[in-house]
Amino acid sequence: MSTDVVDKDRRRFLTAATSVVGAVGVGFVCVPFIESWLPSERAKNAGAPIDANISKLDEGRMLTVEWQSKPVWIVRRSQQTLDNLPKNDDRLRDPHSEVESQQPPYAKNEYRSRKPEFLVLVGICTHLGCSPTYRPDIGPADLGEDWLGGFFCPCHSSTYDMAGRVFQGVPAPLNLLVPKHYYLTDNTIRVGEDGEAA
Amino acid sequence: MGKLIGWIDDRFPLTKMWNEHLAEYYAPKNFNFWYFFGSLALMVLVIQIVSGIFLAMHYKPDADLAFSSVEYIMRDVPYGWLIRYIHSTGATAFFIVVYMHMFRGLMYGSYKKPRELIWLFGMFIYLALMAEAFMGYLLPWGQMSYWGAQVIISLFGAIPVIGDDLTLWIRGDFVISDATLNRFFALHVIALPLVLIFLVVAHILALHEVGSNNPDGVEIKKNKDPVTHIPLDGIPFHPYYTVKDIVGVVVFLFIFSTVMFYFPDGGGYFLEHANFVASNPLKTPVHIAPVWYFTPFYAILRAVPDKLMGVGAMGSAIVLLFFMPWIDRCKVKSIRYRSSIYKVNLTVFAISFVVLGWLAMQPVTSTITMLSRVFSIFYFGFFVVLFITSRNEVTKPVPDRVTE
Repeated sequence: MSTDVVDKDRRRFLTAATSVVGAVGVGFVCVPFIESWLPSERAKNAGAPIDANISKLDEGRMLTVEWQSKPVWIVRRSQQTLDNLPKNDDRLRDPHSEVESQQPPYAKNEYRSRKPEFLVLVGICTHLGCSPTYRPDIGPADLGEDWLGGFFCPCHSSTYDMAGRVFQGVPAPLNLLVPKHYYLTDNTIRVGEDGEAA
Repeated sequence: MGKLIGWIDDRFPLTKMWNEHLAEYYAPKNFNFWYFFGSLALMVLVIQIVSGIFLAMHYKPDADLAFSSVEYIMRDVPYGWLIRYIHSTGATAFFIVVYMHMFRGLMYGSYKKPRELIWLFGMFIYLALMAEAFMGYLLPWGQMSYWGAQVIISLFGAIPVIGDDLTLWIRGDFVISDATLNRFFALHVIALPLVLIFLVVAHILALHEVGSNNPDGVEIKKNKDPVTHIPLDGIPFHPYYTVKDIVGVVVFLFIFSTVMFYFPDGGGYFLEHANFVASNPLKTPVHIAPVWYFTPFYAILRAVPDKLMGVGAMGSAIVLLFFMPWIDRCKVKSIRYRSSIYKVNLTVFAISFVVLGWLAMQPVTSTITMLSRVFSIFYFGFFVVLFITSRNEVTKPVPDRVTE
């Protein structure tokens, strides 16, 4: 048997096989490091529901509460504001709340709320996550004469109406998120749970 | 001394490396003003690493402590204010120097064959630098830190299908939180500096392999002394260019110190006013803009009224630069011998870049949005016009030897 002739095919095969096995090993070793970036158990457990007292909320005013470190807005809308909502319909991306992910089924209505008067929204712009500004004023100079009140995002000027529905021609793609919520009592909203009668 | 060096040379290629990269590295003799910025960038990197190490000794990467630990550095640590201002001014200086360095490359065609890899390494340095600056800006945990990071991380959410999971993975929480701050600190002080140093070494090794370009875009290696094989238009980097670069360093440090001591916040452009307020997850500042060096790309993002398209436009504004060696098909390197189309095109590009940067810092109005769209089109137009016109560009004759 000759020992000084190199079998190149055999050598190439062994080199390739060793490299592939090595690469697979490296791939497996990467998994724990990559997974370590996912939310920790502590972070996952931090999203407990919160209660908001709305007894002192005047008509037209907004209350901001913190839920899962995010701002949650509760707005008490006047009858005038509710009557104005349909006027925006043809300028909206999703006037009838067709995108299921943006509200629980009980808020898929023309007011996007359980009780028409109270609007509950996560105050995070669906574009790039800024928190929009509440602009209930009608026809202000910077937003135009046909502005009927709503929310304006200072970051990239996305606009939403008084039901958190996004306008056309702005960067934000979706309506503002209506979180799970229900009325614990007439004066208390619990944010983060659907409640029994959901 | 000679004996010691001999002892080292037997064990480590000290003299060999010194000669290869300095004493016997022959650079074209016609370098001008624009050639200061490469060595300046290297110096700023050193400044940032040294000042950053000392900041890390006092800083606390914890959402509850971060903001006050920065104030502690500013008020209580002896000379802490100075070290922080060196680091924050250094960030701005880094980008000024790098932008000048890149513009030099565009003017003199330094990205063209055989220097494509130098350009690519350079673009990766730029990318790593942007990541480094962005993560560093989160650390003071002020309002701009928080909301800036919120916006930039949300950019990844625009990617179809995996976007939401990806942003969750980057943040490590459902919002920007302590987990995000802590990992950004690790990346900012360990991972990215290592990547940057590795890329800088690759950038310089590739440069010294093919040799430096020059304002005439002439390959000096084509004309070598028949006896010594030294390029006729080359001079040793050391002492000629080391001494020249020291002049650049002196002038640079003069300006750097003036900013650092007298205008450390740069009128709100280097350190934004809203960042002197502790982060508040419930309230976005009324006027939000990134630090000046990101603004041109931010203006492009803001100009597009669609989330995915906007992010795509912003990304491609950077990605296109990577492909410069192949977009520009003209064989002539230097702007000195290229057509007036190229001169106008590059000028419009540079102006658009600056104007876009300014536009992104203005509050949004319909005029600002319209102007952003116009200048975004100019920005992208540069690449389109270049690709079309460079194929059969009418150029002037290029001299055999460097001029001056």
